[in-house]
Amino acid sequence: MEIRRPIEPLLWLLFSAGGVMSALFAPIILFLFGLAFPLGWLSPPDFGRVQSVFGHPLARLAIFVVCSLSLFHWAHRFRYTLYDGLQIKHLNEAINAGCYGGAILGTLAAAYLVWQIP
Amino acid sequence: MNRNAAYTPYHPRWHRQRVSTYWWLERRSYFLFILREVSSVAVGWFVALLLLLVRALSGGAAGYQDFLEWTRHPVVLALNIGSFAFVCLHAVTWFNLAPQAMVVRVAGTRVPGWMIAASNYAALATTTTVVVALLLLRW
Repeated sequence: MEIRRPIEPLLWLLFSAGGVMSALFAPIILFLFGLAFPLGWLSPPDFGRVQSVFGHPLARLAIFVVCSLSLFHWAHRFRYTLYDGLQIKHLNEAINAGCYGGAILGTLAAAYLVWQIP
Repeated sequence: MNRNAAYTPYHPRWHRQRVSTYWWLERRSYFLFILREVSSVAVGWFVALLLLLVRALSGGAAGYQDFLEWTRHPVVLALNIGSFAFVCLHAVTWFNLAPQAMVVRVAGTRVPGWMIAASNYAALATTTTVVVALLLLRW
């Protein structure tokens, strides 16, 4: 039985856009703040530098867009991982609510946090 | 077919072979597929890390130092190393699939797949360079 869901193309579009954004930005951010700085390979920029870069209006917008789209990418792909990998389709509603709801909440949190950058 | 068969929208029960929950362990290609799908969790962690950094900035220089200190915690470090590997897997598989997902035509002829993949890697190199230049280079 095919259930028509007109929202599916939009979700796929968000998944796709988020896939691009996370593929472009996640490797370098994780490399710098997750590996290079904590392991001492590179010395981290001082607070003033990070603040002036992250506080720039364009950077705020970029951080928000990257975070939000990446979250929708996560939501869509993780949903299908649960579908296919664990075959728990009967928990459909709960999974959808958890994944897309999480992405929406994360988007709101990102907007708030980006707004709060001093 | 039994008209009264138990039936739910997501579990049609007729003519269905049971598939093991661990079907993705049966073949290398299945396993790689699931690894690629699981990379979304690392993408989620990347967003969390970035937002924690952003949040730390509102705590001033001390908040930022606390964040840097926190990333040195062994558990966080291990999480970041694993996530970095998965995010790289995501980036490579994503860019290599791009030619199949998008058909670009210029003047009526299809742009070859390697060009689309190459332009994606060029974009990756550009964003990486911009981030490094903004955060680390001395002007």
